Amino acid sequence: MHSLLAYAHRHAPLLTAVGLLVAWELACRLFAVPAYVFPAPSEIVRAAGTFTVPQLFGHFRSTVEVVIAGFIAAIAVSFPVAVMITHSPLLSRTLVPILVVIHSTPIVAVAPIIVVALGAGVLPRVVITCLITFFPLVISLVAGLRSTPAEILELSRSLRASRNRELWFIRMPFAVPYIFSALKVCITLAVIGAVVGEFVTAESGLGYLILFSTSMMKMPQSFVALAILVVLSLLLYQAIERVERRWFAWSLPRRDPA
Amino acid sequence: MEPPVIELAGVGKTFIASDRSSTEALSGIDLGIARHEFVALIGPSGCGKSTLLRLMAGLLPASAGSVRIYRQPVTEPRDEIGIVFQRPTLLPWMSVLDNVAFPVKLKTGRVDPATLARARELVGMVGLADFIDKRPDELSGGMQQRVGIARSLLHDPDILLMDEPFSALDALTRDEMSLELLRILRDTPKTVVFVTHSIPEALLLADRIVVMQARPGRVRDVIDVPFARPRSLDTLTDSRFNRMANEIREQVFTRRTES
Repeated sequence: MHSLLAYAHRHAPLLTAVGLLVAWELACRLFAVPAYVFPAPSEIVRAAGTFTVPQLFGHFRSTVEVVIAGFIAAIAVSFPVAVMITHSPLLSRTLVPILVVIHSTPIVAVAPIIVVALGAGVLPRVVITCLITFFPLVISLVAGLRSTPAEILELSRSLRASRNRELWFIRMPFAVPYIFSALKVCITLAVIGAVVGEFVTAESGLGYLILFSTSMMKMPQSFVALAILVVLSLLLYQAIERVERRWFAWSLPRRDPA
Repeated sequence: MEPPVIELAGVGKTFIASDRSSTEALSGIDLGIARHEFVALIGPSGCGKSTLLRLMAGLLPASAGSVRIYRQPVTEPRDEIGIVFQRPTLLPWMSVLDNVAFPVKLKTGRVDPATLARARELVGMVGLADFIDKRPDELSGGMQQRVGIARSLLHDPDILLMDEPFSALDALTRDEMSLELLRILRDTPKTVVFVTHSIPEALLLADRIVVMQARPGRVRDVIDVPFARPRSLDTLTDSRFNRMANEIREQVFTRRTES
């Protein structure tokens, strides 16, 4: 009895997932829910079989490309912007209002406009992903760069160190915990951005696949795409967490405090 | 007679807040500090002790009067000065050794072997040779502050400015650190300005105690400490110790508006 409980405790997340899937399957069968309204897990698995692997991989790849490109673009834009905001009160007063306006604009609403402006290629999707992602990155980075203890900055000033060294040797490392929590939030936002972009314009991609399948009333197929999107988000999140654990372990709270 | 190393003449400091209200933190400070003298600044919170220290460090400009070090007006931080802060503020991603060598890395972009050797020596001097490769979060508060002191000594400054360096430590560690500081200064004499809240600490360490009062921060009295050097915990049992402590306490507490 006790060992059974211990087993349940250890595998709680897996057991929860299996339990939910079973309940979902049973509910669909019990109430005879048609697959075109809400498909049971078994029907989703069967639908996955209707795709060839290269087909699914093609959609997967075009979404991943947009996610990664948009995410990297957002990082590339947000770091210099955050550094400028922290360095200069004047730039802070000019840039922050612009950022707030951009962030307050619903990107989903702007998406069709961006597509018209930039054409139907990959570029508008990358731009949409970048726009959704970069604001939280900038805000966290600024908070991180400002979190440096005042005494360390005084030490730096007392040594008349250049602002450049102060940035790279002091401010940036102190911002690392903020940077990683922002990256984790933003990578999932980047997936949302890519899907929004595909809803507006795309000939492939998982978001496109969902839109296409639902328009044909192929609900199980759209759920296949959805499942892959969830897995993609989880994998990207995990990847960032691994980088953090592997190379920035010092920034994590210690597990066994002395 | 040798001219003072640090000379303050009519020094005042007024802070102007963003709403343009001004606060007079310091007013009419006259003080001369001689070579290798140990001066403690003591007084209630808000008396401008830390501000005064930052004026000497060249981290803040004075609003009135003049601050001179080696007879030169202080306009920016100078190389002869080492600073120890209330919190050790080490870099959590660096080892003890790298933290001690950090000022050189910050100033020149890299750490040369000579600096590293010097840092190693300093780590030994503050008694942390066995912890040289540890990260700051593996050290106790007292050990972290020892690293902070070693770091301030890296460029062998003539002048050491210490802003309540032991105030975050427990009483036992404080006494230990005070004795440690006395030992370090016996081996490598320096001019020290030491801000503290603790009267016994000031009596144990200083040659002169500057008692300050608040709003605006002014010098209320300057007391010569008569105890002979080298000092030890025996100094605490000197018959004059308690009497002087009480005198100073009275000065700090009377006519003080609030703390």
